[in-house]
Amino acid sequence: MSSVSLKEVGKSYGRVEVLRGINLEIETGELIVFVGPSGCGKSTLLRMIAGLETITAGDLSIDDERMNDVPPAQRGIAMVFQTYALYPHMSVRDNMAFGMKIAKKPKAEIEAAVSKAARILQLEPYLDRLPKALSGGQRQRVAIGRAIVRDPKVFLFDEPLSNLDAALRVATRIEIAHLKESMPDSTMIYVTHDQVEAMTLADRIVVLNGGNIEQVGAPLELYENPRNVFVAQFIGSPAMNLLDATVTATGTQTTVGRADGPAVVVPIASQASDQARPVRLGVRPEDLVLTEAEDALIEAEVDLVEALGETTVLYLKGANGGAGTIAKLPGIHPVKKGTRVRLKADPAKLHLFDEAGISFRHR
Amino acid sequence: MRAWKLKRDWVTGWLLLLPAMVFLFAFTHIPAVNSLINSFYSTPRGKRAAKFIGLDNYERMIGDPVFWKVLGNNLWFAMGTIPASVGLALVMALWVNGRLPGRGFARMAFFTPTVLPLIAVANIWLFFYTPGFGLFDQLFGGLFGWSSTNWLGSPDTALNAVIVVTIWKEAGFFMIFYLAALQAMPVSLVEAARVEGANGWTIFWRITFPLLMPTTLFVSINAVINSFRLVDHIFILTDGGPDNASAVLLFYIYEIAFKFWETGYAATLTVALLVLLCLLAIGQFFLFDRKVHYK
Ligand SMILES: Nc1ncnc2c1ncn2[C@@H]1O[C@H](COP(=O)(O)OP(=O)(O)O)[C@@H](O)[C@H]1O
Ligand SMILES: [Mg+2]
Repeated sequence: MSSVSLKEVGKSYGRVEVLRGINLEIETGELIVFVGPSGCGKSTLLRMIAGLETITAGDLSIDDERMNDVPPAQRGIAMVFQTYALYPHMSVRDNMAFGMKIAKKPKAEIEAAVSKAARILQLEPYLDRLPKALSGGQRQRVAIGRAIVRDPKVFLFDEPLSNLDAALRVATRIEIAHLKESMPDSTMIYVTHDQVEAMTLADRIVVLNGGNIEQVGAPLELYENPRNVFVAQFIGSPAMNLLDATVTATGTQTTVGRADGPAVVVPIASQASDQARPVRLGVRPEDLVLTEAEDALIEAEVDLVEALGETTVLYLKGANGGAGTIAKLPGIHPVKKGTRVRLKADPAKLHLFDEAGISFRHR
Repeated sequence: MRAWKLKRDWVTGWLLLLPAMVFLFAFTHIPAVNSLINSFYSTPRGKRAAKFIGLDNYERMIGDPVFWKVLGNNLWFAMGTIPASVGLALVMALWVNGRLPGRGFARMAFFTPTVLPLIAVANIWLFFYTPGFGLFDQLFGGLFGWSSTNWLGSPDTALNAVIVVTIWKEAGFFMIFYLAALQAMPVSLVEAARVEGANGWTIFWRITFPLLMPTTLFVSINAVINSFRLVDHIFILTDGGPDNASAVLLFYIYEIAFKFWETGYAATLTVALLVLLCLLAIGQFFLFDRKVHYK
């Protein structure tokens, strides 16, 4: 059964359209991540699901009930804000109990719900503290606890880790993953601009850009088979390299010729009409390996070496001083700045994009 | 060496403090202490120097019916102006903080009374209160058929008429503080409460109002002080009359000191006023202390 369903949903502020034609079916128990660059409309979409923004076009249903005009409290959702939004004058306990208190639930029931949430999130020692006496990570856990107490059908998270420092972000991310496992029937929608959070947490990722959905899919599906250049470059770090090329032979395999390198045979089908079309050949930095072969995919001078121990990242000079290729090699490589290197890639790992930026695999 | 350095720091510190201290002492502390001393002396007249008379001035104060009358007036004035102007300020601030068309205009309109010199607007208020053809008489006469009232001239209404002008004057000023506090309050708090099912009323009483407590404390202390400090409107509107019906403590002190030139007794009344103000301010801090949440 579909838990949250969006049909042709759009949002305009006056004449400014920030979201258009959003179609999405979210299954019960799924953890969906909205990811995209800043300003792409992720928060707006989440807040429309929450009921904090009006929906100016299309339909939103939760559990097959149309929710466009239902007030937030009756949508069966709970929201965790980036800034925690804890009530500063209430103790942790009162913060978590607030919703049930104003709903006039019996005291014992409130107490039980708060204790349960506090136990799950290890907040028991802090129940009588005010939020100002907690660290950032603890505050965010209280905010999550407040959401759990509501026992919602859908959890909404708006960049919940963005205000935490790097170490805490990893720890809290893992905690959220555990939380999801312990609540298999809860649907979660999680907004982030961080693709690592998206990849590690999501059952499915929704990539948003400029108010549109670019692609929806499982994390590795997006990684291995991006629908277009935007998704290809957004998922994965460093971003996928794109090399200019022209189709020279079509069929079940495609051959492309390049001005600054040898012709490449890519095991992706193309049509006869693609002949002589300008395309872009995509290769992920981590798919490149050093080679001695004469007909290497890339041969260039090393501009910068980042030795991280677990990986070595090579920044290569581009032709005519343009942006160069990036290679991410596993382990330690004694490559010096200024030397020329040759790199090759498994043809199966290559991508082809047409002039409109659409992947050949998705046409 | 180190001692020398310490000493130099010490000198610099005091030099920096000096200008502020000079003014504070010259205009606040010395006059206050002087008043206290004067309150134990008789008023010097002609060649007769002031002489120590102990608590005679205080005895006179306790036996002075006018003192008790103006003190009562002042308490009535405080009770009439403080809750009303603070409450009105809060309501106005909530109103102009929301999304409403012409918000800038409304804010300006509410703040205008604070900026206008009272002397200038007193004429308007005098007109409002004019018996017979003033605004209030026209309004109430037309609406309820009331007969003409001499608002400022009758002992029953004079003080209340002054109270109305004071509320009108102060509420806009206090509104600015509430508005600033409301705008500093994160929107996400209200949104979180809405998601949890709180209606506007609950959000106000459970979240907004408690978080405004520091502002309420600040504003109400100012309101208390103002209710004992402001007298200019009384000069203009009623001159304390009729029969001291609209005189407050400070106004009475002014009359004793500068109309009747009884500086000794005026000093005694001043001491009484200072003690009263101190007690009120301390009382307010204790009253609010448990309720105020500073972020
Ligand atoms: N109240 C508003 N009025 C006009 N434009 C807005 C408003 N709120 C957000 N926007 C615009 O909508 C777009 C999406 O914003 P948002 O959903 O916050 O992006 P993000 O993906 O970073 O969370 C942005 O371009 C922003 O400028
Ligand atoms: Mg956002």
